[in-house]
Amino acid sequence: MKKKKKWPEDWQDLNPGCMVFEPGSAREYHTGSWRAERPIFDESKCIRCGVCYIFCPEGCISQNKNGYFEADLDYCKGCGICAHECWPRAIKMIEEG
Amino acid sequence: MSIVENFDLYAPRLIDKEEYFSAGHRACQGCGEALAIRLMCKALGKDTVVVNATGCMEVISTMYPTTAWNLPWIHVAFPNAAAVAAGVEAGLKVMRRKGRIPDRDVKTVAIGGDGGTFDIGFQALSGTMERGHDVLYVCFDNEAYMNTGIQRSGATPFGASTTTAPAGVASSGKGQWKKNITEIMVAHNVPYVATACHSYPIDFMNKVKKARSIKGPSFIHCLSVCPTGWRVPSAHAIKMGRLAVETGIFPLYEVEEGKYRMTYRPERIRPVEDYIKGQGRFRHLSPDELTAIQKRITLEYNKLLDKVDNLHSWGELQD
Amino acid sequence: MSKRIGMEIALAAAEAVALCKPDVVAAYPITPNTHVPEHLSDIVAEGRLDAEFICVESEHSALSACCGASGAGARSFTATSSQGLAYMSEIIPIASSMRLPVVMIVGNRALSGPINIWNDQSDIMYQRDSGWISMFAANGQETIDMAIQAFKIAEHRDVMLPVNVNLDGFQLTHVVEPMEMPDQKEVDSFLPPFKPIATLHPDKIVSMGTLGLPEIFNETAKSKDEILKDSRRVILEVWKEWEEKFGRKYEPIEACEARGSDVLLMTLGSMGETAEVAVEEARKDGISVGLLKLKLWRPFPFEELRKAVKGCKVLAVLDRAVSYGGPGGPVFSEVRSAFYDMQERPVVINEIIGLGGRDVPVSDFRKIIEKSVQAIKTKPEEEYEIFGVRGS
Repeated sequence: MKKKKKWPEDWQDLNPGCMVFEPGSAREYHTGSWRAERPIFDESKCIRCGVCYIFCPEGCISQNKNGYFEADLDYCKGCGICAHECWPRAIKMIEEG
Repeated sequence: MSIVENFDLYAPRLIDKEEYFSAGHRACQGCGEALAIRLMCKALGKDTVVVNATGCMEVISTMYPTTAWNLPWIHVAFPNAAAVAAGVEAGLKVMRRKGRIPDRDVKTVAIGGDGGTFDIGFQALSGTMERGHDVLYVCFDNEAYMNTGIQRSGATPFGASTTTAPAGVASSGKGQWKKNITEIMVAHNVPYVATACHSYPIDFMNKVKKARSIKGPSFIHCLSVCPTGWRVPSAHAIKMGRLAVETGIFPLYEVEEGKYRMTYRPERIRPVEDYIKGQGRFRHLSPDELTAIQKRITLEYNKLLDKVDNLHSWGELQD
Repeated sequence: MSKRIGMEIALAAAEAVALCKPDVVAAYPITPNTHVPEHLSDIVAEGRLDAEFICVESEHSALSACCGASGAGARSFTATSSQGLAYMSEIIPIASSMRLPVVMIVGNRALSGPINIWNDQSDIMYQRDSGWISMFAANGQETIDMAIQAFKIAEHRDVMLPVNVNLDGFQLTHVVEPMEMPDQKEVDSFLPPFKPIATLHPDKIVSMGTLGLPEIFNETAKSKDEILKDSRRVILEVWKEWEEKFGRKYEPIEACEARGSDVLLMTLGSMGETAEVAVEEARKDGISVGLLKLKLWRPFPFEELRKAVKGCKVLAVLDRAVSYGGPGGPVFSEVRSAFYDMQERPVVINEIIGLGGRDVPVSDFRKIIEKSVQAIKTKPEEEYEIFGVRGS
């Protein structure tokens, strides 16, 4: 398969009016690289309420097959909202690196 | 009270899992506005067209050739989201009438920041509301022109330091009070007006759903915390929204056909200091200024309670 | 069958637009174009046109609403003049860059200030570089015809650009003329239904009006320029089809008695009609003079212009706007630029006439012809002048 170019190379490659026909294609860009801290989920404390999921500005937290929540680190910017809002304190932010 | 309002603790698990505003958008860490949009879209569902004013949300979501939107979306300019939405609504209406698109209800929703709503987009907004288009307008108010670098707007609160109303020896930041956009919208006699905040997601989503179901113009004023502009840690975005509500600075209410209703009433109103002290934009305020702010906030809150207690719905007034 | 009518041109323009069955009309009142949207609202109120008529609160919102409607897939129309056009100007280049084929009638009027409601073409010249197709009607018939042609050109798959049709305020908008009005069947067979590139509908999701970073911006500019230039091909096709169907010929530059004439006048809009009278008179007096009526302003017909001036010694370009502090009139500027690489080119002089409704009678055109004849021998010192201005 032809590798998708990051930028349309020639002017003829541009969509009319710079319209974008691939909904949600911003996912091609991984904002995870911005992160200074990452969330660590402690399943022993998690009550699976989903407060982290509802408050994530990236929408990158989802429930795994066991019902616990986890962040998709491709997109997590490390804002720390989930850790701050998790009232059973099941999420901790630790430094990247 | 639980951390997620006083709703069911597990309510978050019941909301739509579909992400209509996808990850990969370039909003700052802890952006309250991006969160609010994500929640709004979940409440709106797929039969929605979004019209975006120029601003942070437009810039961070649609860098060509990609888009974060999983909904039909259009951006034209800064001051005209409401007018573009009027055109979209009219276009969809006439095409449905003529059988050129499927015969089902698609809601047109215009979104804009405080600058695009309170200031430059105000005229177009007023026109669209007055003409009665079936459009929901949601203002994501982060209380300054954040996209251009934190300049003062008509929505900036008294005393906040911005890059065009900075605090200094001869200035205490913005010297005027915040424009009451919600009341101005109520004065347009539209069927539904509400305030909301992303820190109360279920309340916000319920209001979006209600507005969506109402035929005619509706307006939601959603306070959206901007950690970058407010000078707060990104992790505090939700907390700050909650404090704005609990101090009475940003009460959560709705006005349905003229009838005011508090949708969340804190048992005890906290002092405004609790909200202000955690934010860098207010760091310079003196105790006297704080007292003046407290006085004004108490007055505004009591004015609102008076309306809640004494004003009737249009239906009640007809008799 | 077309019908012979006698009607105020603005009303006839509205009737012609209605024949194109626009889905959405959004407009704001302004003199002198007001009769166009007024009459369209009448047509909607009478139930002769099924459209949403949006009485917006400003021209800025008029074009914004048209952009929204066009994005949704609806055929959209607006009309304005002068300050209203200027107030739209933020949205004008956006409409073209988003490829939204909105059609707009501009009743040309002087741009303030001082405030003035009468005719010149400074309003549209202010929008010159906005990426729209721009054409000028010289009379009522051309107004009707161009209004209908505009939709077909705008919505052509290879074009998808907004079009403005210009008619001089009062001189045309408020004048009653005899015209041929096509009937609905004829227009229906000429103008196919609008098929947009994409529509704002959840069944096929699109994002319109995205952010262009520096990495692609040169390419967006090139694309806008190429597509607008290429629209010439479609315009010519549409005009050819029009001629076959309705028997009226349209060209980017209409030449009257031009071949072999020493002197040519070049006009834009309604002044072409008066100039024609002056040229006919002058020719009777034995003066070798002809006339070029420019109809297509953007894309500018460089090739046609170069061909049209072959053999002519002096070309007098008549402008109805001033590019202040610049080369004179905007048409003059284009014309001289077109001639730069030509080995044999005429002397070009520029007369700026009829500003803010100042009357330009036939006698004034005769004076301009005289001056042009003199210019065959001696080129005038001043490159351009505001004709008839008082004070030395």
